[in-house]
Amino acid sequence: MVKFERFRLSNGLKVLVHPDTSTPMAVVNVLYDVGARDEDEKQTGFAHLFEHLMFGGSVNIPDYDEPLQVAGGENNAYTTNDLTNYYCQLPADNLETAFWLESDRMLSLAFSKKSLDVQRKVVCEEFREHYINKPYGDVWHIMRELAYTTHPYKWMTIGKELPHIENAQLEDVKRFFFKHYTPCNAILVVAGNVTVEHVKALAEKWFGDIPAGTPYQRNLPQEPVQTSERRLTVHRKVPMDAIYKTWHMCSRMDDRYYAADLLSDILGGGASSRLYQALVKEQQLFSGINCYHFGSLDAGLFTIEGQLVKGVDIKLAEAAIEAELDKLRNQPVDERELQKVQNKTESVMAFEDMSVMNRAGSLAFYELLGDGELMNTEFDKYRAVTADQIHQLAADMLKSTNSNTLWYLSEPGATTT
Amino acid sequence: MPDRKSAPQIKDAVDYAIQLKHPEILQLKNKTDLYKVQAGTEEVVQIEWVFKAGNWYEQQNNVAAAANFLIKNGTSTRSAYDINEYVDFYGAYLNRSCYNETAVVTLHCLTRQLHSLLPLVQEIFTDAVLPEEELHIFRQNMKQKLAVNLKKCDFVAGRKIDALLFGDKHPYGIYSEMADYDALEIETLRRFYAQYYQHGHCTIFAAGIFPTDFDSLMETHFGSLPFNQNAPSEPAHLLQPAEQKKWNILNDTDGVQGAIRIARHFPNRHHPDFPGVQVLNTLFGGFFGSRLMNNIREDKGYTYGIYSYLQNHIHGGAWIISTEAGREVCEATVKEVYYEMQQLRFGDIDAEELLLVKNYLIGTLLGDLDGPFHIIGRWKNLVLNGLDISFFNHSVDTIKNIQAEELSVLANRYLNPDDFYELTVI
Repeated sequence: MVKFERFRLSNGLKVLVHPDTSTPMAVVNVLYDVGARDEDEKQTGFAHLFEHLMFGGSVNIPDYDEPLQVAGGENNAYTTNDLTNYYCQLPADNLETAFWLESDRMLSLAFSKKSLDVQRKVVCEEFREHYINKPYGDVWHIMRELAYTTHPYKWMTIGKELPHIENAQLEDVKRFFFKHYTPCNAILVVAGNVTVEHVKALAEKWFGDIPAGTPYQRNLPQEPVQTSERRLTVHRKVPMDAIYKTWHMCSRMDDRYYAADLLSDILGGGASSRLYQALVKEQQLFSGINCYHFGSLDAGLFTIEGQLVKGVDIKLAEAAIEAELDKLRNQPVDERELQKVQNKTESVMAFEDMSVMNRAGSLAFYELLGDGELMNTEFDKYRAVTADQIHQLAADMLKSTNSNTLWYLSEPGATTT
Repeated sequence: MPDRKSAPQIKDAVDYAIQLKHPEILQLKNKTDLYKVQAGTEEVVQIEWVFKAGNWYEQQNNVAAAANFLIKNGTSTRSAYDINEYVDFYGAYLNRSCYNETAVVTLHCLTRQLHSLLPLVQEIFTDAVLPEEELHIFRQNMKQKLAVNLKKCDFVAGRKIDALLFGDKHPYGIYSEMADYDALEIETLRRFYAQYYQHGHCTIFAAGIFPTDFDSLMETHFGSLPFNQNAPSEPAHLLQPAEQKKWNILNDTDGVQGAIRIARHFPNRHHPDFPGVQVLNTLFGGFFGSRLMNNIREDKGYTYGIYSYLQNHIHGGAWIISTEAGREVCEATVKEVYYEMQQLRFGDIDAEELLLVKNYLIGTLLGDLDGPFHIIGRWKNLVLNGLDISFFNHSVDTIKNIQAEELSVLANRYLNPDDFYELTVI
């Protein structure tokens, strides 16, 4: 049970406080309700590039990291297609340092040309390291474009192409900042060895006078229902063939989300999951196979990915996946199997909540979903899922007309075995 | 309006007293030491069974790793699936990992499920059968994984630098070839299991919130097993460092980045310079605010990240600088790494920079000691390396008190570019 209090400043900033006196540390987590889905299609990768620029100095403070490190703190940040999250942890006595730093970069950045020049290069290297210079690195670039015709989930957080990042201009950076990095678009969570009164006073002092900004009206083009199966084959210099299949699934706040999440565990959650047991262990068609989804806030993708055993015909491998899916489409899972994935979820949640940093991040995320209290009640929704609901969902979602299949094949001559 | 130009008052992190909570130490009837840290807010436990069963003890490449992997893939009464299904049903995680000197089996579960899970763990230490078919699957999948990894410049560089430092026959430098997997035989693995697990040397580390009958449970399930009967014979391994210091390998003609590793030998934790060099390493390349990161990422934009670290094995290790940089700036990156070494040897370390590093280190240490799993992790490190609390306390004192002049002396002793291997893999 995570206890917290919530208040709101007059400029719209939501603040959640989660005191925990068992640690000498404090965590300050600032979530901005902006992600890659909010980008212009001609300027993708911007939300993430921007995350890098947030460390390049703010209007009154030339460097973010240094004063934080002096105060014994460390920090990081991440960007997804849905949101951007910044967090730092430091000795609770130095909490005010984090308020000083975070509030100044919410007020305004320094917008230094040097920082933009360097971070463009750094992000391009990040792009190359993770998506170009790695076998299978471009899979999600291809799959997103196959599965989405309209919704901005069709590009990756890192961006659609390198030139979008290389060409980013300071004016674009400023516009993006003043549109999205405002108090009314942010959630502040303070956790650890703190009191609600102290946090209230600090929040008022450091964030209270930041102009509210104009609330961002998200109006994204929604993905039309897919009505026919899509397939694509690519050849790359990789040693093994691989298959990727996705189906459109419901959004994070949909009632069916919990059944979908449990279904992904039944299929691909660990060593006793159906796909692993049938296709890796018994039939030995795959060297590895997984089932997962991203928990996207808008309607996302339910995914199966598998690496084929050398020499296996990909048609056969795909048919074997379909045979496993047929079982789910045709009959309900038994109670023990359902209970297994529910138990697993319960324990994942307990382990996730062990560190105060994770609890702060989760609170911010659930508050973005609508209510931080969901963090304490969500497991009940998993417990309430029935075998029939999973059966229904599998039948509805895992239809071929709703599917996107990518055959990612080894180019002849690309083998090393 | 708050004064946004000046930093708020801080308490220097170095002024904090840092204490590592002591574990409770029990010895089971069969002389198995059990370290316990009862702490935390969630009703969960973590238990690690650490065996002297790393690749230090094998006589054929990958035997230790394969035996470790197969240990939970079947007993005389349960198949691999039965075991996995049972563990998953109780919402638990049963993992195994193999290192150089040790091999570990780790259980994570909710406290209330522990009673159901310990009998299974006992069973895999007494009755694992290591089925032939499971070895076949393991071999096939590991070979495929290796084929994919060999396409990655960072993977190739990581194993090559170890081989250069220690020799490719030494446990710290040896790496896997396809043929090594083909050569694995089930009987060899079974013998290894019998010697190093069933009749092996075991130490247990547990943390979290324990059930009230925890001690007797552990005694029941593990106190009568034939562990620790004889001290394992300690094989001697010859260090065979490469003669040639500079290496360029073209692994992928289309590669757009190069993996750079620059490394030298460095003694193990028992060496008196170890704690001081940990501070020096932090300043050099050990955190986001380090000199390497500031110069090569934040000023030049050559890389997404660059780090240096002490690679710690029980018998000795290495000091390694590691990065992936754009193909056309690899040479420039290497040059800047050496430049930063020379700056540390011959330039000044000013008081402000040193205080920052000290505060950062103490601050992260405070944060790292948050929670039972981190605390037991520290103890595991001490115990397995033959150290005690005085090493931890001495490390903390060193961070708090070391002077710039001492760091310069250490830099001159250990950061001479001529002593380093230099490897770029594109």
